[in-house]
Amino acid sequence: MSDLPSPSQPADAPAAPVAQARVAAPKLSDGEWHRLHPLTPLFRGGLVLVVIAGIVIANLRDRLVFLFLPWLDDDIDIDVEVEEWRGGDPVDFIIANNLYLVAGLAVLGILLVLIGLFYLSWRFHTFRITGDDVEVRSGVLFRTHRRAPLDRVQGVNLTRPMFARLVGMAKLEVVGAGLDSNVKLEYLSTSNAEAVRADILRLASGRRLAEARADAATAPGGAGPTRRAAAASVVSAGINGLISGAEEPVGEPESVVHIPVGRLIASRLLSTSTLWLIAIIIAIIVGSIAGTPWVLFSLVPALIGFGAYWVRTITRSLRYSIAPTPSGVRITFGLFTTITEILPPGRVHAVEVSQSVLWRPAGWWEITVNRLSGRGLADGANDQFATVLPVGTRDDVERVLRLLMPDLPENEWPLVFEHGLLGPRPDDPYTNTPRRARVLRLLSWKRNGFLLLPDALLMRRGAIWRKLAIFPLARLQSIGIEQGPVDRALSVANIRAHTIAGRVYSRLGILDRDAALAAFEGIEAAALAAASRDHSHRWAGEAAVGEPFSPVPERNPLPERELPVPEPVEGSPAPGEPR
Amino acid sequence: MTNSPEEKIPDLPPTTTESESPLAAPDPEEPSDVLDRDTYDTIREPRSAGRLPLGDGTWHQLARQYVWVQLISIGVVFLIVLAAVLFVTLVWGQWWAWIPGGIFLGILAWTIIITPRQARAYGYQLRRDDLVFRRGILWQRVVAVPYGRMQLVDITHGPLDRGFGIAQLKLVTAAASTGVVIPGLKQEAAEQLRDTLVDVAEARRTGL
Repeated sequence: MSDLPSPSQPADAPAAPVAQARVAAPKLSDGEWHRLHPLTPLFRGGLVLVVIAGIVIANLRDRLVFLFLPWLDDDIDIDVEVEEWRGGDPVDFIIANNLYLVAGLAVLGILLVLIGLFYLSWRFHTFRITGDDVEVRSGVLFRTHRRAPLDRVQGVNLTRPMFARLVGMAKLEVVGAGLDSNVKLEYLSTSNAEAVRADILRLASGRRLAEARADAATAPGGAGPTRRAAAASVVSAGINGLISGAEEPVGEPESVVHIPVGRLIASRLLSTSTLWLIAIIIAIIVGSIAGTPWVLFSLVPALIGFGAYWVRTITRSLRYSIAPTPSGVRITFGLFTTITEILPPGRVHAVEVSQSVLWRPAGWWEITVNRLSGRGLADGANDQFATVLPVGTRDDVERVLRLLMPDLPENEWPLVFEHGLLGPRPDDPYTNTPRRARVLRLLSWKRNGFLLLPDALLMRRGAIWRKLAIFPLARLQSIGIEQGPVDRALSVANIRAHTIAGRVYSRLGILDRDAALAAFEGIEAAALAAASRDHSHRWAGEAAVGEPFSPVPERNPLPERELPVPEPVEGSPAPGEPR
Repeated sequence: MTNSPEEKIPDLPPTTTESESPLAAPDPEEPSDVLDRDTYDTIREPRSAGRLPLGDGTWHQLARQYVWVQLISIGVVFLIVLAAVLFVTLVWGQWWAWIPGGIFLGILAWTIIITPRQARAYGYQLRRDDLVFRRGILWQRVVAVPYGRMQLVDITHGPLDRGFGIAQLKLVTAAASTGVVIPGLKQEAAEQLRDTLVDVAEARRTGL
């Protein structure tokens, strides 16, 4: 979809006339109060209207059929002689008493009131982006004012639900650090949302906005075409976007990982939920043989449920891409509802690479992270934001981990990949479960262990479900050591890294007591040192103005041939491709 | 009472103080007798040699009144449950009430018995850069929290606590699993500890 070039991109990008016209509009991040897109109430209140319309249509079904398709239905006879309200059909009552005008006026009045309310709520819903925070004011009677400090921004998500996408609108979510602390700007036009996101990230990074202003000023502004033409081209651009995938401002780096659709589907089929499904099917069949055959019919809802679940997980992960950008790692996924999230550096609190036994023959891995999603605990979308790589080969894992943890020195990566993921190998650097306590880790005692690096703590667990958890020490909140009576008898202890809540399991059990105590002190000292070195809350603050921040160190170029060439449909359209 | 150091200086650069402003940072290790007034003086440990050792440094402990507060509050629950069970059995003649009631009363009685031992196992140490907290005898737990990671220090005291002049201090980081709650500090000690912690946390604030 052609949009205005993001301010970080110079104006050499081929932009459609409409986009240029929109550039001429005042920037939304100039520190003044702005309103959201005028169509916002339609999308936010749209669901309510659809429900009401549905109820009305369902109740007046016969009447509508009679009205529009009179030859179909002769059964409906309208009793014209109804004179008073007897609890019958209100439409009959209106027709009988010739109250068309009153009814029409009433409907019109309700519509006007609704539109007025929507208009008011839109007018009172304003936002402002200043150098220090993002603020949103909303509400007519009960005003709310939410402010998110920019140095605590954990990421910016751009969600484009299918219908909003058709008219070129997007939802912007500034992820704050806390439960239910997100600041949402819904909806903005896609181009504005892109610009606002870039500005928020630039401000949060500590770079100067002046830079962005200069860029924006060079973008050509021109007289816009007529409103109708603009609307038409917005819709067509939206449709293009729907076909070609999430719009990416030209010149952004390509995804470093490409997941073939076949692999994605196969990986979802080879999951633990499949095992559950098979177990349920066997149970039902056994039940139908042993008991009544009617039990077989309960297979149908189970299969439908699982089918829906699979389709959902697959479509959610389709069109996945991950790429480094100047302001962090950009992750895009979703077939119908496209979500583009940008994860600034230093916002990942824990990373876990895991592989179930079903995936081992294929050599696939999954990567999940602990991060602040700014949502409530019960929010179902949390899981989605936790998965950074749904399925990938070892090379993919390597590339994604290098994006997520750019600070890890090159000589330490073998400790992650060779020893951590695939270990134990001969001369294993990890500190493992002692032999005397192997009864407590029967299968995995040779693998169960940790390794402390200057910047990260690695916990390796699981022989059947291989897992490697990586904790950046600069993000570690505290460290604990625990010991129960059985542990004490064997002189072992458990360590636990305390990070923000998430899917990564942060406890490592059954380590030699002295090793665990030494690790406890060592991790604490290393965490203090790492935290004092860490400046990622204003991640580009020290960088000179104009010098682009690169989250990917140049010392680890991957072999050219390994970089996948995304097909136009899957990933972003290649630069220079006519749109 | 809650103190959020965050609101005071939102834009403080994340510096540790050692190199840059050693004088501005209060020294958490500075001995203060307010913390140790009327408290226990030895940490109770498991006997086994495989235990988590105390290490060096001075451990501050809970006030002796804490045990009384615990005993009274558990004792009240014990008496209420006992009265309810007696009522059900004697007045209504439902003898089965002794089964759940007995289990519950047994657990409460056991809690009452181990409470004095447990109270002696709590301890905290104010080190140079972090606070170390320990608790438990059968299940030992030791946690180290860097001062810079504290988001909030929370003091609560109920009516019974106030009667005995003690308070509970809770230390909140961004991780829910940190879970450092020091019950039963003398009120002056709790307030002084809070002020120290807030000062030190401000001086050593880091990002999340």
